[in-house]
Amino acid sequence: MTTLTLAKALNEGLRAAMDADSKVLVMGEDVGKLGGVFRVTDGLQKDFGEDRVIDTPLAESGIIGTAIGLALRGYRPVCEIQFDGFVFPAADQIITQLAKMPLRSLGKIKLPVVVRIPFGGGIGAVEHHSESPEAYFTHTAGLRVVACSNPVDAYTMIQDAVRCDDPVVFFEPKRRYWDKADVEFGAPGLPLDRARVVREGDDVTLVAYGPMVKTCLEAAAAAEEDGRSIGVVDLRSLNPLDMPVVREAVERTGRCVVVHEAPIFSGLGGEIAARVTEQCFYRLEAPVLRVGGFSTPYPPSRLEDHYLPDLDRILEAVDRVFGY
Amino acid sequence: MTAPTAPPELVQLLTPEGERVEHPDYDIDLTAEEIRSLYRDLVLVRRVDLEAVALQRQGELGLWASLLGQEAAQVGSGRALTDADMAFPTYREHGVAWCRGVDPLHLLGLFRGVNHGGWDPYEHNFHLYTIVIGSQTLHSVGYAMGIQRDGAEAATIVYFGDGATSQGDVNEAFIWASVFNAPVVFFCQNNQWAISEPLEKQSKIPLYKRASGFGFPGIRVDGNDVFACLAVTRAALRNAREGNGPTLVEAFTYRMGAHTTSDDPTRYRVADELEAWKLKDPIERVKAYLFKNQLADQEFFDKIDAEADQLGKDLRARCLALPDPEPGAMFDHVYAEPHALLAEEREQFTTYLAGFEGAQ
Repeated sequence: MTTLTLAKALNEGLRAAMDADSKVLVMGEDVGKLGGVFRVTDGLQKDFGEDRVIDTPLAESGIIGTAIGLALRGYRPVCEIQFDGFVFPAADQIITQLAKMPLRSLGKIKLPVVVRIPFGGGIGAVEHHSESPEAYFTHTAGLRVVACSNPVDAYTMIQDAVRCDDPVVFFEPKRRYWDKADVEFGAPGLPLDRARVVREGDDVTLVAYGPMVKTCLEAAAAAEEDGRSIGVVDLRSLNPLDMPVVREAVERTGRCVVVHEAPIFSGLGGEIAARVTEQCFYRLEAPVLRVGGFSTPYPPSRLEDHYLPDLDRILEAVDRVFGY
Repeated sequence: MTAPTAPPELVQLLTPEGERVEHPDYDIDLTAEEIRSLYRDLVLVRRVDLEAVALQRQGELGLWASLLGQEAAQVGSGRALTDADMAFPTYREHGVAWCRGVDPLHLLGLFRGVNHGGWDPYEHNFHLYTIVIGSQTLHSVGYAMGIQRDGAEAATIVYFGDGATSQGDVNEAFIWASVFNAPVVFFCQNNQWAISEPLEKQSKIPLYKRASGFGFPGIRVDGNDVFACLAVTRAALRNAREGNGPTLVEAFTYRMGAHTTSDDPTRYRVADELEAWKLKDPIERVKAYLFKNQLADQEFFDKIDAEADQLGKDLRARCLALPDPEPGAMFDHVYAEPHALLAEEREQFTTYLAGFEGAQ
């Protein structure tokens, strides 16, 4: 066991993936000498060389487009998009090419490309550095979308994403990069497409992913003092969803609140609410509620504490779900 | 509107009248057999194209993008490739597909709507057609970076049009290829028209001159001269394979037909322009050269025409026999590994369809 931050756990996971397979490449802006703006790729270029850890020109479409070409040649590129709000120049290559090319080839082509995106707010950043664009990608067939929430998962999930023969959009909760946990090197994790119950509960189930998992756990701990038993599910995989795990947790409580930073409208929470309603209808005591961002662009950082779901916003929704 | 005229820097080895001319930098020594073979390619490719247009007009294809007029650019560059080289086409490179050995039937599948591509890109080192303009330039550069890492003796060639040069992806591909010294040939068929927009809407300078700003050579070649296209592309590919980086080849040609069968070029261009380019036909000049130099007789030309007719007939029959895919096929190949959501939807849809069995 080694105590690692989430960023370092990703770094160690990437290192293990590159050790295991010489076809694994890392590419992106500032991923080389600098080690990435969050140091997730720290030291990799020094150890694996410039041919395998590639500092690219500053063009996101170029990063994904050339990664596709490298994958066509048998490589497994891991691309870093520096910040969530910078992914949109690459959206065409991700949505139109990366997601659809394997189908276009009737399975002759596999594109094992990982697109790493630090996402979410809470770090006091300027515009375009705090967004949660996951729903754009979960809406796109052909992509797998995952989000890690803690160092232990980060270490195994990045390795599983690299091993996966499908393209994976890998969201990293940037405000949790500095959270620490004990990580066991070489230990296998839960499969990439599985959710995990991170806290058992009897009264209400919170469903979250990425940075909101920790916030939900804090809300659950606070509610316990008031005598409420709150369960928390960490989705881990956003496409596909692990509905059996969500369903079992919700059927136990009869109440469900979905929490994410992204705007509620047309967000992933709506999809989860619909599926929970279809699958758990006769066990539900109340409609599925959602806590998330507002229908505004991400606000200036002096307002982000009001925009982001926090412990109080989550507990207020828990109160409401008991009001039915 | 005046007809575009070729500037003097154009590389040409065979004039529209079928006269062989010399160029100080690009020469080519072709045997009579090789020239006859190029002629055959040009004729057969045009025949495939004409048959596909006819099939579309009869409702058997949803759409077709004709290559009429661009045969020499495609056959010349296509025949410059080695087996190890990889080609990245747009949706109009039927002539390159032919040179790579792809069955023309596979091209029809996409336009008939039975699949979105479907041939094996690795079988003939000919990538799938790319419909969004310019995206494939980045794929070709990435693939070329893979060739570098493999230490292989190969290069990539990527096709795009004059309109594509305005795309961000194409410019990013130029930058990437330049800074990584990637073994790639950018083959731009400047056919003068991006649907209805003339070249002036895309560029204030000749396209091949764009290359110098990115740090690699650009060459303009007579795109209707199969000898010149072969010579220039061969040299650019060799240069790339030898580690000297990318080249931009601008094949100066003309789209004789509509953009696609859905287009009506009479709305935006004048008939005189078309007539002027008819005199520069890529096939007629090779035929004239073969005749004048007594490298082929009428019997040869008749034989090629008969082969073309048979090819068209055969292609038509096989197109009509293409089966529609089974409904469940839309769920195939979306993911390489098992995917719970897709499995669930497939099962629900299969059950739904099964409910109609036995119904009137």
